[in-house]
Amino acid sequence: MAQDGNSGTDLAAADDHGRDRAADAGTAVIQRDAVENPGFPPHRKRVTDVNPKRERSAARTVYTLFYLSIAGSIFAIAAYMVFPIEPEDLLSVRLNNMFVGIGMALALLGVGIGAVHWAKTLMADHEGIDERHPVRGTEDTRARAVEIFDEANQESGFGRRSLIRNSLIGALLVFPLPAVVLFRGLAPQDEVPEEVLSHTMWKEGTRLARDPSGTPIKASEVTIGSVFHVIPEDLPGSENMLEEKAKAIVLLMRLNPEDLIEREDRKGWSYDGIVAYSKVCTHVGCPVALYEQQTHHLLCPCHQSQFDVTNHCAVIFGPAARPLPQLPITVDDEGYLVAQSDFHEPVGPSFWERH
Amino acid sequence: MSTASAPVPSSSRKGGFTANAANYLDERTSISAVVKEFGRKIFPDHWSFLLGEVALYSFIVILLSGSFLTFFFQASMAEVHYEGSYVPLKGVEMSAAMASTLDISFDIRGGLLMRQVHHWAALLFIASIGLHMLRIFFTGAFRKPRELNWVIGFTLFILAMAEGFTGYSLPDDLLSGNGLRIIDGMVKGIPLVGSWISFLLFGGEFPGTDIVGRLYTLHILLLPALVVALIALHLVFVVVHKHTQYPGAGRTATNVVGYPILPVYAAKAGGFFFIVFGVIMVMGTFFTINPIWNYGPYDPSPVSAGTQPDWYIGFADGALRLVPPHWEFVWLDRTWSFNILAPLIVLGLFIVIVALYPFIEAWITGDRREHHILDRPRNAATRTAIGAAGVSFYAVLWAAASSDLIATHFKVTMEGVIHTLQALLILGPIIAYFVTKRICLALQKKDREIVLHGYESGRIVRLPGGEYIEVHQPVDEYERWKLVDYQSYKPLMLRPNSRGRITFGQRLRAGMSRWFFEDRISPTTQGELEAAHGHHAPQGELEDAPAEARH
Repeated sequence: MAQDGNSGTDLAAADDHGRDRAADAGTAVIQRDAVENPGFPPHRKRVTDVNPKRERSAARTVYTLFYLSIAGSIFAIAAYMVFPIEPEDLLSVRLNNMFVGIGMALALLGVGIGAVHWAKTLMADHEGIDERHPVRGTEDTRARAVEIFDEANQESGFGRRSLIRNSLIGALLVFPLPAVVLFRGLAPQDEVPEEVLSHTMWKEGTRLARDPSGTPIKASEVTIGSVFHVIPEDLPGSENMLEEKAKAIVLLMRLNPEDLIEREDRKGWSYDGIVAYSKVCTHVGCPVALYEQQTHHLLCPCHQSQFDVTNHCAVIFGPAARPLPQLPITVDDEGYLVAQSDFHEPVGPSFWERH
Repeated sequence: MSTASAPVPSSSRKGGFTANAANYLDERTSISAVVKEFGRKIFPDHWSFLLGEVALYSFIVILLSGSFLTFFFQASMAEVHYEGSYVPLKGVEMSAAMASTLDISFDIRGGLLMRQVHHWAALLFIASIGLHMLRIFFTGAFRKPRELNWVIGFTLFILAMAEGFTGYSLPDDLLSGNGLRIIDGMVKGIPLVGSWISFLLFGGEFPGTDIVGRLYTLHILLLPALVVALIALHLVFVVVHKHTQYPGAGRTATNVVGYPILPVYAAKAGGFFFIVFGVIMVMGTFFTINPIWNYGPYDPSPVSAGTQPDWYIGFADGALRLVPPHWEFVWLDRTWSFNILAPLIVLGLFIVIVALYPFIEAWITGDRREHHILDRPRNAATRTAIGAAGVSFYAVLWAAASSDLIATHFKVTMEGVIHTLQALLILGPIIAYFVTKRICLALQKKDREIVLHGYESGRIVRLPGGEYIEVHQPVDEYERWKLVDYQSYKPLMLRPNSRGRITFGQRLRAGMSRWFFEDRISPTTQGELEAAHGHHAPQGELEDAPAEARH
């Protein structure tokens, strides 16, 4: 073995050399009395090196794995044909997925395990040694590099002609700006976020309808303790349906009127214990879809903010800061629940311009 | 090259097809120089070096399976009525993106397999990058000259998460739509520009009809191009620096010991690629991932309880969940959403510290030498403790992303889970830091004990005087070398500079240095070794058990 010739003292000397050539060891403790590197341990032969029987068996394993891989590939192609996907038959999808996958996995693992086994048992087992050199260039190279920069500087006058240089730097800094400005087009030209975010499609007289069917809800249908997922009646089929829906979704609940603690200025916003609140979380905008009937708490399943329906949906737990906005409601002459107006504040997550 | 070109053809022309082909190539590319330079290049062997390879190979699997998917996927949010094979969703209105993803899953043979392979490979890609970074961190492989490669790898980790998130959002299903909704909500909370960035991102109001197409361009063009370029650069640096190696007999700072690329390393690494691919294929075959058909198309109104992002986004989602209520106020007629800003700032600081750590440690030690021998984690106790603190911090955030599932699964209150995790977020890293540091120092002492007195053999001997002793077996010199080959540092002595001043920077560095290196255990010296072994030469004692035992 080549490395057996490496004696400990040689290696220790190499180590010292390594220290010398490098710059500054900082606060490292350089031990004068360090233990000596003993050099490479004696090489231990593998069982396949000394036992021809084991060597032959390893070779057999390797080519068997490669043949198995070929079989796997063929199996995958066959499975592709034998297990086609029949329309509307989920089992056929499952079988196709499984058998094609098994074949391909076999093909891949056969090659992989075979190659690694070959390398570990049969290929030559002596470790080699490469010498390391400092990453920095040699002194000559570095000197020449400096020289080249100097020459280039002389020949171009880059350092001397400061007006040319600075104006060039300025031009290079400014030239990407038009490209940045072009990206203004990513958002529509005529929309100001603050305005768009401040309004929903609820307006006076819009009927509250079931989500997603769009059938309007009569006040008499809302029993105590029930909850309705609500959209404006004119939402289905409207323009920008999803965008409008993302703002307009509402939860409708009926509580015992005596359970409700209502502020003076909002006394008229509910109808006979029926209250309507925006379903969009004031944290980052998930639908606040879980209603605990017994505690009258609303829970956002994304980040677990909790809102107290009896107390104008004030935040009682979780990262949200603001109560859910309330939609003022009443009933029309036919007994259907309708909005009195739009929300009185922007719904959904906070944004900078909101105040 | 010109002198070499004459004799080469004459000798190789006699050969068969391979020789002729090689000659043809070399005369046009001088590829023989590449083979000469790299063919027998040495790579050291260790299982932990495979983590980076797993990342590389799973990325190749992502490219292969992803290319297949692009041939069938429609990155469009145009409304269609689903008419494919999956009966429960027949006739449902959804975007073309969702419908084509369902078609890939249910109507294209092997499509579901490739989708699942792609998703599993992506999860594995990010996981293996994370583990690879931990390996680099805990062994100090980021030290000079590899600091910049750490930064490149760090950038790849961020890009991989971006790749993951953009890809996850493409099918436009309910779960990913809610993920985008959360991103939208977070972006809107950024002061000054938030609502504008949201509008620019979504092409107007959320959800709009642009986002899938835009994420698609990022997902299959810009981000992969960056990832490929940075991986190439990352590997170039690995070649330039040559791979690090663990301490071992015969290994020094100026050599690299291992197996040559041709043939052993090529066979092992090439084979390992197929093994990684094969394992991902097994996962794609047997384990469902992201069953969008269960979630349905995106609609802003429904959401299911127990929603979870893919694992690598968990820490960010958890950070959002741990903010206490009411961290938002209106000031100067503007809304300041610290329930969003606080997580953004904390996570931002965390990843900036991760990115800059190599430079911080280099500044503290002042060590400007190249380091090619890896640290065993115990021998850099403070660094390892800092790493453990960072890991616990991340782990608490990550666990917080499942706060609701923890609560339902273990039948505890959700509020209790959140409050516990809030406390753990602060206390966990502190406890982890001190416990890890003490464990490291204890392990160093144990190493020292083994070097000086051998290890406990478990053999109890009764001496003629009635005394019982346990026989200690000395380690051989090769094993011993692994225990003593490390670098220790001492705290920086605060000294005035040339102008007689002690600057603030100096004080800070001295303080940090004291924090890092105050508790330290020096490597055993030759003198100590000889003293411990009395008059015996170290080798002569191997069989001399009773004499050993007196220690």
